[in-house]
Amino acid sequence: MKRESLAAYGFLFPALILLSIFVVFPIGLGSLLSLFRYNAVSQPHFVGIGNFKEIFSDPVARTALFNSILYLIVVPVLQLGSILLALLLNREMKGIRIFRMLFYIPVVTSIVVVALAWKWLLAENGLLNGVLLSIHLIRNPIHWLTDPSIALYSVMLVTLWKGLGYYMVIYLAGLQGIDPQYEEAAKLDGASSLQIFRRITIPLLKPTIAFCTMISCIAALKVFAEIYVMTEGGPLYSTTTAVYDIFDLFMNQLRLGYASSLGVILAVVIGLLSYLNYRFFKQGGFEAY
Amino acid sequence: MKPIKPLRFLGLLVLAALFVGPFYWLIITSISGSGDVFAFPPRLFPAHPTLQNYSQVWHAVPMARFFLNTCIIVFCGTFLTLLISALAGYPLARMNFRGKNIIFLILIATLMLPEEALLIVNFLTCAKLGLIDTYIGVFLPSIASVFGIFMLRQAYLSIPTELEDAARIDGCGRFSMWWRILLPLVAPSLATLAVFAFVGYWNSFLWPLIILKDTNMYPLSVALTWLSGTFSTNFRIVAAGAVLAMLPTLIVFLALQRYFTKGLISGIGK
Repeated sequence: MKRESLAAYGFLFPALILLSIFVVFPIGLGSLLSLFRYNAVSQPHFVGIGNFKEIFSDPVARTALFNSILYLIVVPVLQLGSILLALLLNREMKGIRIFRMLFYIPVVTSIVVVALAWKWLLAENGLLNGVLLSIHLIRNPIHWLTDPSIALYSVMLVTLWKGLGYYMVIYLAGLQGIDPQYEEAAKLDGASSLQIFRRITIPLLKPTIAFCTMISCIAALKVFAEIYVMTEGGPLYSTTTAVYDIFDLFMNQLRLGYASSLGVILAVVIGLLSYLNYRFFKQGGFEAY
Repeated sequence: MKPIKPLRFLGLLVLAALFVGPFYWLIITSISGSGDVFAFPPRLFPAHPTLQNYSQVWHAVPMARFFLNTCIIVFCGTFLTLLISALAGYPLARMNFRGKNIIFLILIATLMLPEEALLIVNFLTCAKLGLIDTYIGVFLPSIASVFGIFMLRQAYLSIPTELEDAARIDGCGRFSMWWRILLPLVAPSLATLAVFAFVGYWNSFLWPLIILKDTNMYPLSVALTWLSGTFSTNFRIVAAGAVLAMLPTLIVFLALQRYFTKGLISGIGK
């Protein structure tokens, strides 16, 4: 037994040492740092919960947290969209594999490439406005990324576009685990496709939906690269999210303590949301994970 | 196998255009001459296709160096991720030892934790270790991947124990058992993890952006944003850079598709 323990820790050693340095240690020190004012040059100055108080009166940090939570709108749209996409692709038919592959390409592409392409497509004189103008759907170009009231939603569109293929593949796997007999039985009883979708497909997919919703919520709360490439948090902070603000406070303003306290708040929000997800979906098979 | 019904096929075609359209437009832009870009209605193919943008981006910025940087980071990161996951997954699947439950708990907890919340301290740690502007600094914090460890643990669990019993009777030690018997058997899972790690490191962005100050050390993802800042008025050049940057992941994906599907499915524990 003792020898086995020794051997086990031998195998685990590289993983444990790295996780201690780069995950466990930063949790501790990061939480501690959130109680200090620190600019990486002079000595840290203890301010207690001063940083947290400041966050709730700081319009930028408040906007950032609000925008991050608002970003959760993409989650239900993304999940419903990818379930429908998976249903569309679930039949074994000639050529269907090619479509599955095409829908997955955005997933393996760098978010920077995706965001750059969309930045130009959504530009005032970009292709999207050009198309909409030419079919007379709009009279004036839409300021997709420069109007503070819609910029965040335009960025969400890109997150949605990039994520659909990822969740689609997971749902396809989930759908393939459903016994086709259920659907056939329901059809014999005269159920419509909408009824089959609501009463059979969705309930049986529940474990998969739970998993996807959880990771999708976490990803939405952490959105960064899209913002950095497409809008840099603007216009007027309308697309500044929590991670973007942390990055800005840390890299541009050198407010390391303050940025850490925003990081602590973000981690708490993510933890809370994961717990809620767990509670919400528990009944119906989260035990599988 | 039945052919796709016409209506469904039409719907799929429209969707495919939505997914592939932006990439097509990016490629077309990258081979367009100066007059072609804002031509409206947009041309499906440029009037004067040219490779000039590619040669320009290759000469204006050290693209070869960016490729080399990316390759070094991706190769070392992927290799070490596989090694560490293959090592750590084994005792978690096969051995009984003190503290196993606690280690499990810690691993699951870190799976939930946003690495964005750890950035600042990790930057300070890397600064202390002298890892700013080094390749090691880019991949070191992420090579102990909990996702990878769990994936390999799952793979070891699916191997029948009789094999090890037989090997033990033959006097095989723990390490050589892992190296000679188990590792070859989990090769398919290692391959799956490798493609995910490859794409992950190739596309990683926020951490390299923070830890690298010297543009000569940039991987392609960070270099692209720098490029688009520098050439903001001429995005045909940036488009050429973007196409070059996405090509390798696209090729890996097209060649090794089945591993992606398998990885996603095993990732959710089925």
